[in-house]
Amino acid sequence: MPAYYLEILILLLGFTMLGIEAFSSNRSRSGIAVLGVSGLFVVLLFLIIAVPSSEVPYDYWGIYYVDKWALFYKAIAILTTLLVLVLAKDFSPAFKKYTSQSNEFSGIGEYYCLPIFVCAGLMWMASAKDLITIFVSLELVTIGFYVLVSFMRRNVGSLEAGVKYLVLGALSTGFLVYGIAWIFGVTGHFDLSKISEALNSGEIEKKPIIFAFALLMVGLGFKVAAVPFHIWVPDVYQGTSMPITAFLSVGSKAAGFIVLLRVVEPFLNSPLTSSSVILILSFLTCVTLLFGNLVAIKQTNIKRLLAYSSIAHAGFLMMALPAMESGFHSKLSGPSPMDSISFYLAGYLLMTMLCFLVITIVSSLTDGENIDDLRGLGARSPLLAFAMLVGVASLAGIPLTVGFFGKFLLFNIAIQYAVFSGSWYIVAFAVLGASAGFYYYFKIIRAMYWGGAEQDGDQLALTVSTLSRVVIIVLLAGVILCGVFPKLILGFL
Amino acid sequence: MIIDLIVFIPVIAALAIGLGAEGRKTALGAAGANLILGLIVISELMRKGGEELIFETSTVILENPKLTLGFAVDGMSGVLLLLTVIVTFCAVYISPEKAPDGKVKLYHISPLLISTGALGAFCSTDLFFLFAFHELALIPTFLMIGLYGHGRDKLAVAWKITIYLGVGSLILLGGLIALYSNLTSAESATFNIADLTAIAETMQLDQEVQKWIFLPLFLGFGILVSLFPFHSWAAPAYASAPTSIAMLHAGVLKKFGLYGILRVAMPMLPKGFEAWEGLILVLLLGNIIYVGFVTISQKYLDRMLGNSSVMHMGYAFLGIACVNHIGWNGAVLMMFAHGISIALLFALCGSLRERLSTLELSEIGGLASKVPFLAVSFGFAAFASIGLPGFANFASEITILFGAFNGAGEVGNLQKAAILALWGVVISAVYMLRAYRNVFQGDSAQGLTLVRRDSLNKIPIILMIVVLLLTGFFPNLILSILPS
Repeated sequence: MPAYYLEILILLLGFTMLGIEAFSSNRSRSGIAVLGVSGLFVVLLFLIIAVPSSEVPYDYWGIYYVDKWALFYKAIAILTTLLVLVLAKDFSPAFKKYTSQSNEFSGIGEYYCLPIFVCAGLMWMASAKDLITIFVSLELVTIGFYVLVSFMRRNVGSLEAGVKYLVLGALSTGFLVYGIAWIFGVTGHFDLSKISEALNSGEIEKKPIIFAFALLMVGLGFKVAAVPFHIWVPDVYQGTSMPITAFLSVGSKAAGFIVLLRVVEPFLNSPLTSSSVILILSFLTCVTLLFGNLVAIKQTNIKRLLAYSSIAHAGFLMMALPAMESGFHSKLSGPSPMDSISFYLAGYLLMTMLCFLVITIVSSLTDGENIDDLRGLGARSPLLAFAMLVGVASLAGIPLTVGFFGKFLLFNIAIQYAVFSGSWYIVAFAVLGASAGFYYYFKIIRAMYWGGAEQDGDQLALTVSTLSRVVIIVLLAGVILCGVFPKLILGFL
Repeated sequence: MIIDLIVFIPVIAALAIGLGAEGRKTALGAAGANLILGLIVISELMRKGGEELIFETSTVILENPKLTLGFAVDGMSGVLLLLTVIVTFCAVYISPEKAPDGKVKLYHISPLLISTGALGAFCSTDLFFLFAFHELALIPTFLMIGLYGHGRDKLAVAWKITIYLGVGSLILLGGLIALYSNLTSAESATFNIADLTAIAETMQLDQEVQKWIFLPLFLGFGILVSLFPFHSWAAPAYASAPTSIAMLHAGVLKKFGLYGILRVAMPMLPKGFEAWEGLILVLLLGNIIYVGFVTISQKYLDRMLGNSSVMHMGYAFLGIACVNHIGWNGAVLMMFAHGISIALLFALCGSLRERLSTLELSEIGGLASKVPFLAVSFGFAAFASIGLPGFANFASEITILFGAFNGAGEVGNLQKAAILALWGVVISAVYMLRAYRNVFQGDSAQGLTLVRRDSLNKIPIILMIVVLLLTGFFPNLILSILPS
């Protein structure tokens, strides 16, 4: 089965769910979520067993490319969407308040279907190696998100988030298209491998191509939440519903990074552009690390905190980008930048989803999204508190978790690159950022265990559905096991 | 296999407690089993001499760079392993059945996790896991000080220790990555400590490279040992922490930094040390003299003990700075002796805290007639801490001084530092004896109430005193398994 059948299967799944949603008389809609979860699971199995190894790597018609990384990021996209649907199902009691006047589940059907289409876009992004395909798949994702972000239509915050995402998203798309046009104008190609040849041919002027690259970085920086293109992140994360926050945080970022990696590579490998590109990337990395981590310290809303943490993680990930420079590659001990970033993103999926799952369960019952609303969680639900503890510890980079191993790989690259190039300042910013991380992640731990529950309402035991319980335990095991045995993830790369 | 057992028994016990096993009994069972296994390991080390690694196990978890989850002990690891299992056993034994707020699980899980962190760090054959295991203790410490600590500023103290140790270990991680990537090529990258040491000895990195890798390593390890001027986290944290955590942290975990310097920085980067020798001597004198005077000026017993533990780290650094096996062995013996004696002091301080309304030195007095057992044990511990002959602390200090003057034809910087450091013995005599007099001798203070407690766990206290005396009279029990 060729790899592109996977996207087709996902789309078929989405249409089936939409059809059932439209014609089913059952009002509860949770069946649709279950169908979506099981359908995605089946596609994930297809991805693992049914894609023939003779077709990896394989280039279909110059616009659809399958290599091990493409498959890896497709798996991340499917897994993320699957978990988002689990989250959405848990979130539905809080959600229905904002959808229809009758306070029923009936308005929630599309909420389960749209992520499936976004997932198809994310998977396509992983295979795009042509600027046009990149643009189209990226728009498929973004337009899906426009709807999803503002889906709680009776909630002012959600609408505001939707408008912000729409306006800024459109703006960044404008930059992206403009950049693509410039690149086509300078090199005469859309295909990244042809662009690479053109860059090395020596017939191209430097200034316009750097200008074009900078424009592309605006568009892609928006996707991965790099400073200074991050303005939308805190507001949108806070305003929209919890499952979509998680989806944006993990799915959108992962797909953004695979595209970023593919786009940046030819520019780093060409002697014409590499020095300027490294300068741009280093600058973005440093401001992202600094801004994301330091602003996170002051946050009290947990979604905003995770938004800045998401920005900070983008900074850590970008730290490995300059090291893709061709002269450095043979000198690097350990996994390549591409593998390390992929590992980190897979780990980020596990730990972020774990945190969001816990927060979703807590907030759908108490309707609070502040760090203080986690007070006394250690007493109310030891399992949830422990899961959150591990998730947050992993985000902070405490050893023997997947988050630490990811940070270790990235620091490994950044420090060796600093020895090679002398640019130690990136490492300094990263150390500063990671230290700040201890403070703001531990704030969550403090709230859960130190803060005694004060009101009677807080004493309520939390009920966790069986599906969520299973997912939490699987993610928990994943975060710890992949942290001790990283080959569980690196084995796929 | 036996080392794997020792490292993972506390984790398994912690898991069992988490799933509902009885808190104190499970923890005590695990700690007791570890104590027995630890003695078996030590007797095997004594038989084989401790020069080479024994009981080695390894599981490769990554090929490039080569990471192995594996454990083994040689003499130095063995001594620290013994220290850990003894202190863990005593700390768990001394913990009350229930936490102050009536909870059980976290209260008994935390010491076990800290113990695993220390054991894993001391016995790992791999630089990566040496680092990783140590940080396992970060969250339990943070939670325990914040939840069950003493004093009004316990929250600030918990943050301070967490951020200090977090930043210290980040700097350390940077140094470790720079170290391995400079020593090995991209194809044969490894984190195995023995391999790296062998490579470092044969290839001898440039002085300049060594100098700049040594700095983050020493700084990172130094922050974890409360090296002056990065020591300010230690005393308040130990004063605030619940007894078992103070015992484990001051007694065991703090030795990780010294262990790391002796295991990694000194053998692999000898020229790096030379480049910074002057600065290091000044800093260690800061630990001994400056912190010594700070200790004298303390008004509370718990703060005083915390500061005294910071001060004694200066001697361990002095032993390391000797750069010969006499000094290094002295430092290892110091780590052991100080670990036991400070754990003993904190255990006694914890018992006093349970019985008294305040630990302010000027407010208490004349306790010797009321709690004679505590008074006698505190006397032993104080004498050990000062370094009176007959206690292991004396043996270690004298070995360190021998190391400093070993083969010195003239009085160099090291010898001058050693002479100045000798004054530290006087300083510690001043504060320890004064504290003893204030607390146990003299008239009993006005308005002091002594809460009657039903029982005092004498077994761990006697055990620690016996170990101190035994290794004090026969330091060769320890020194014989260290390289000569």
